[in-house]
Order: sequence, then structure tokens, then C-alpha cells
Amino acid sequence: MRYAMAIDTLKCVGCGDCVVACQTENNVPHGYCRDWIVENVSGTYPSLDLEFRSERCNHCDNAPCVRCCPTGASHIEKGGIVVVTHDECIGCGACIQSCPYDARYQHPDGYVDKCTFCMHRVEKGQNPACVDVCPTECLHFGDLDDPNSKVSLALKNRTHKVLAPEAGTKPQLYFLT
Amino acid sequence: MKEELFVSGRNIPNIDPYLNIWHWEIPLYLFLGGLAAGLIFFAAYFVVRGKEKEMPATVKWAPILAPIALIVGLSALFLDLSHKLYFWQLYTTIRFSSPMSWGAWTLLLITPLSIIWVASYMRDMFPKWDWKFKFLYKFEAWVIRVRKPFAWVMMILALILGVYTGILLSAFNARPLWNTSILGPLFLVSGFSTGLAAAIWMSKDKNERKILSRIDLIFIGVELFLIVHLFMGFMAGTAVATEAAALFLGGQFTISFWVFVVLLGLIFPATLETIELWGYHVPKWMPPALILFGGLMFRFVMVEAGQITRFLY
Repeated sequence: MRYAMAIDTLKCVGCGDCVVACQTENNVPHGYCRDWIVENVSGTYPSLDLEFRSERCNHCDNAPCVRCCPTGASHIEKGGIVVVTHDECIGCGACIQSCPYDARYQHPDGYVDKCTFCMHRVEKGQNPACVDVCPTECLHFGDLDDPNSKVSLALKNRTHKVLAPEAGTKPQLYFLT
Repeated sequence: MKEELFVSGRNIPNIDPYLNIWHWEIPLYLFLGGLAAGLIFFAAYFVVRGKEKEMPATVKWAPILAPIALIVGLSALFLDLSHKLYFWQLYTTIRFSSPMSWGAWTLLLITPLSIIWVASYMRDMFPKWDWKFKFLYKFEAWVIRVRKPFAWVMMILALILGVYTGILLSAFNARPLWNTSILGPLFLVSGFSTGLAAAIWMSKDKNERKILSRIDLIFIGVELFLIVHLFMGFMAGTAVATEAAALFLGGQFTISFWVFVVLLGLIFPATLETIELWGYHVPKWMPPALILFGGLMFRFVMVEAGQITRFLY
């Protein structure tokens, strides 16, 4: 089993519902967020290109945050989900330095926090909160090993990219282009 | 043109607009760790070579600074943790892929051992010193008996400690300025050079200072060589590497690096040491003070600048 997410950059309108849904679902403290939206404008007027990306932890196959964690608090759960055990985290910041996507932050309570793909929901067979709330249905979540899962189907029919593949982290967030 | 912004208004403390989660604690520790590694290494080296008598300051007096530096450095590391009460989790596991885990265990060994090193010379340095308890005298006698193997262990631990201060940073591939294997040897050489500087400062023996200055000059030379190689590697590297180097070649760290680290911290004290070796009078405190200052600046600049560098996507 390998959980992954496909994000349709052509359908995303940048409304920010996924961000609010995540903050509500996971009790993210005020001023922090586990997912966020990037608006990318490239080109010269009048031929401009606009891309919206709903970003979060990439749950990398070769996760540098897990490699450099000195206590083993950062670890990989079933389905490749990268999780931090709060009671084992000492807040040294090594994992934050190691993440090319800046997807981690220090929770005001001290430990390091990040997107969990809403593991507590996924275990029950539900989607992550951000996926369920998206009004344009541009987020596709599922198991890459299942050819009929939503994410597999989305990747099958569309061109896609990952962020900073040269970092060698083997990210599992796919952006449909 | 390329413009990128967080439409969701992300502004997480210490992460946005650019990464800054390691403040003064980490560079201060890296400096003190390297200093202690240098002090311990050369004390042990001269014991192994059988030169205790010729090098009293290096072997006996200067190592007093090592446990002090290590304890202050460890306190700085502790202050840096944001989940402090859980620090003991470091010692529930050994994780070979994490340099920080290596470092934590090395420090756990080398700190008490450096105290034992100093203690074993206490009665040499202060003849009136009394250990009060009989078992302490017995322990002292045992340490003195096994001093050579003890020195070998200390040399190896000091090498690990010195290299680790650099590898700690170079293991992060997300920060292109740090992600170069030259950082390990560079921090080792720089740390050893600061250790030598402290020993030179404490030595009252002219001959001893001459020997130490000669070794220090070699280390400064190697350090300059490695710095040139560091930048050659960046300039021949990918976009992220050239962008990291640009911070030092015209960017915001140009003056702090080339003037304070390279010129005032390496080239100027090296020139003074050379002049001193030629027989001219140079204020005794000046070359070592400059080297120590340069070493501290080097670590502050590297930690601060490295956090800004990142992958471009």
C-alpha cells in the first residue's frame, strides 16, 4: 500500500478551503498551517501562465526528515505516511532543516508538527479533510498500488509533475498539469 | 518573469518568509564543540608522542577549557530544543543515519572523559590539591597508568566530535550551502585551529608556543585551501549551489565572511604568527584571539546563511 495525493493545478482556484478544513480538523494553532496554497505566475504580459498548487507534506519515499531525526520520533507509518510521535520529539529542528518543501513547523507546545494525510480519518476508510472539502474536487487521494483508486486513475489520464525531484526525496504529491 | 506567493497567507513563525529556526545556540555550540575537540586532540596527541614535559600548557592547562566549553555548549544545545523536557529521548536509541544521534552519544562519552583527563593532572598542576578520599587516589593512579591508551581513545573521540560539527550541517540536502562533503573536514580543521589558538594563548613556554604556532599555520593553510575548494565546488555546481555561493560573492554575507572570517580570522593571524616565528615581537594575545573570533564568526555565518539557501521550484 502506498498512499499518495494528486492535485489538479488546472482545477484549483486557490480558495483556501483545504487550508481551513485542515486547521479545523487537526486543531492547528492560530497562525500555523499544515497545508497552504501557492500561486505561481510565470511568463511576460500578455502571455502569462498561472498555476495554483495546494501544497503539504510530500510523504516522501526517501524522507530526509526521518533519516536525520535523532530520536526516531519522525517515522513512516503504514502506507508510507510520514508522522511525528509528539512524545518522542525533542524539538531539535533537524527535520525542519532537512525538508526541501518547508512542510514542517514547531508547534507552540514545542514538538514538531506537520500534515499526517489525516491518518486518523484514512484508517477509517475516509479521505483526508482537505480532499473531502475541496469545492472543485481537484484533490485526489488514495492507494497507488490499487489501479482503480482515485489517485491512480487521475495519474493515468493526465500529465503530472512532482516538486524538486532533484532533491532525491521521491515525493508522493503529484501535481496534474 | 516568475512570481510566487502564498495565497493562503502562510506566515509560520521561524519558517516564513525564510527559514530561521536555528539561532545563536547552534553556531555557539558548533564553535565550542570544535574548540573542545581541538584542545582534547592535541593534549592527547602530545601524550601519545611522549612530549608531556615539553608541552605542559597543551597537555595539562589548556584541557581545563575543554569540559567548560563542552558543558556551556551542551547547555546551548539544550536551550535550542523546543520540546526540552523530552531531551532524554536522545538516549533511548542510536540512529546511525542521524548525525545528531552520533553527536549526542559522542558528547555523552567525551564530556566526562575530558573531566577525568583534567582531574588526572590536578596534582601536577596544583601540588597542594587533596582528593580527600582514598578511592579517588586509587582511581587517579589507575588513570595515570593507562594514560597512553586513554589518550588514543580521546584522540579518536575528538576527531569524531570535530568532524561531526560539520557533518551535522552537511547532512541536510535541503540546504544547498551545507550539503557539501567538504564541510566535515573544514569544520574539523577550523575547530582544531581554534583549539591550538587557545593552547597558544595559555602557554608561557616560548618553545611550546613555537611548536603550536607552526602546527596552527599548517591548519590555517589547509582551512584556506578547503574554503577555496568549497567555492570552486559551488561555482561548478547546479543552480541551487551557485545561488548559495552568491550569498558570499556579492550577496549579504560577503563582508561578514571575507572580511571577518577569512581576512581577520585566518589570513591576518597567520601573518602575525609567521612574523612572530621570524623573531619579531607580536602581542601574545593577538593571533589566538583573532583565530578564536574568526572561528566563532565562521559558524555564525554558515548557520545563518545556510538556512536561507533552498531548492528552487
